[in-house]
Amino acid sequence: MRFSGWRVLKEGLTGNTGWTPHWRDPEPKPGYDAIIIGGGGHGLSTAYYLAREHGITNVAVLEKGYIGGGNVGRNTTIVRANYVLPGNSEFYSHSLKLWEGLEQDLNYNVMHSQRGLINLFHSDGQRDAAARRGNAMINQGDDAILLDRAGVRRLLPYLDHDNARFPVYGGLYHKRGGTARHDAVAWGYARGADARGVDLIQNCEVTGIDIAGGRVTGVQTTRGPFRAKKVGIVVAGRSSQVAAMAGMRLPVESQVLQAFVPEGLKPVIDHVVTFGMGHFYISQSDKGGLVFGGDIDMYASYAARGNLPTAEHVMEAGLTLMPMIGKARVLRSWGGIVDMTPDGSPIIDRTGTEGLYLNCGWNYGGFKAVPASGHCFAHLMATDRPHGAATGFRLDRFRTGQGIIDEEGTGAQHNLH
Amino acid sequence: MRIACPLCGDRDRREFYIQGAALARPAPEAGEDAWQDYVYLRDNPAGETRELWYHEAGCGAWLVVTRDTVSHEVRAVTLAERGLP
Repeated sequence: MRFSGWRVLKEGLTGNTGWTPHWRDPEPKPGYDAIIIGGGGHGLSTAYYLAREHGITNVAVLEKGYIGGGNVGRNTTIVRANYVLPGNSEFYSHSLKLWEGLEQDLNYNVMHSQRGLINLFHSDGQRDAAARRGNAMINQGDDAILLDRAGVRRLLPYLDHDNARFPVYGGLYHKRGGTARHDAVAWGYARGADARGVDLIQNCEVTGIDIAGGRVTGVQTTRGPFRAKKVGIVVAGRSSQVAAMAGMRLPVESQVLQAFVPEGLKPVIDHVVTFGMGHFYISQSDKGGLVFGGDIDMYASYAARGNLPTAEHVMEAGLTLMPMIGKARVLRSWGGIVDMTPDGSPIIDRTGTEGLYLNCGWNYGGFKAVPASGHCFAHLMATDRPHGAATGFRLDRFRTGQGIIDEEGTGAQHNLH
Repeated sequence: MRIACPLCGDRDRREFYIQGAALARPAPEAGEDAWQDYVYLRDNPAGETRELWYHEAGCGAWLVVTRDTVSHEVRAVTLAERGLP
């Protein structure tokens, strides 16, 4: 079923009776050429690109819950390519280009909105850092504009520009940054993968990984065993548990990241805005809710809910930057379980087991990576060679100390990102 | 989340800084594998874990906190100077 304006018109005139399910609910086969563990954004996009780019269609995606029910449906939906360091820079640039063609590619409205992202700065030192970041983005072939005070005032008149403690000095404006409808990204990739023959198996938790003679041979699940020549682990916050099934111990700690949404408001915030002097970022969804968040809670957690100190910090930082949101009442808050690596950058690599591949460590920024992560992971699984945009995401970089990608410059240590 | 400091009593989480998993430090010459294990690799359990916390805004003691990562329940707190329990 293809979507088009004509189709919407026709269905509108005929009582919307012609729509069909977006994907099948197939009976699992006993074996597959490739199995993706994890039906989140990254797993679904991996399956999609395995089929679309590499012609590998005898693929199953095993999801322990339901499609769109994990982090891909729980994040703050920001899409951007504003990284500095080699390794990250080319990867997120690649991802943003995939985003820009995604809706046509998938024939699915993911509501990708390049509304612009503004990282504010509040001191001379931060201005220098922003200028450097902007130059790195332009060198990578992406866009960046260094805004002065007047420039920020024009774009974001509602800020407390002359805040006594944290006056706004300017901002780094990334016009191609923005947001996308997170659920639709999951649904669009699921539909695209399914249409190319991929089996999406929901309510199917992997309980073991079969390995014989150093080679992966299949997986054990709550819906029985499946044979597979290749297996990809793409399970975000649960990476350590699934990797342990293959005898691996990962440089990953799972932590909780909170987000908040108040009641729906008329349009007030047109861009994605981040505060430079506290952990706070915000955008407004098309439904009207302000979507905002801050830092992780900073302790290991699988609770999918955070604690009050972080919530308080986020609210304080938000009200400092834009007092106008103070009257909005928070309706919802939640926590997602994120897989933190010591240097804050991800891992897309082979493992010590032949045919077993690992995609994890997306920290608090996995959503914008969904297209490129799947694209590069599919390339790795299909060819056994890393994709050119993801050569830096090596698993052994912590052991060797070579190729650490510490974007924040705080040190490659577990409690620093 | 509240943590019962053995010296100060039950205190708010805000008073504490967390260092991370409480692991036995290898000998300086223990080799790359042992040091990679200690610095980078983690069991990362969904359930009971042991962590080092520092009572920054209190008595300044380093604590070994036994905590459940699924429920956030704090099960035991001991002074780190007494060693890993």
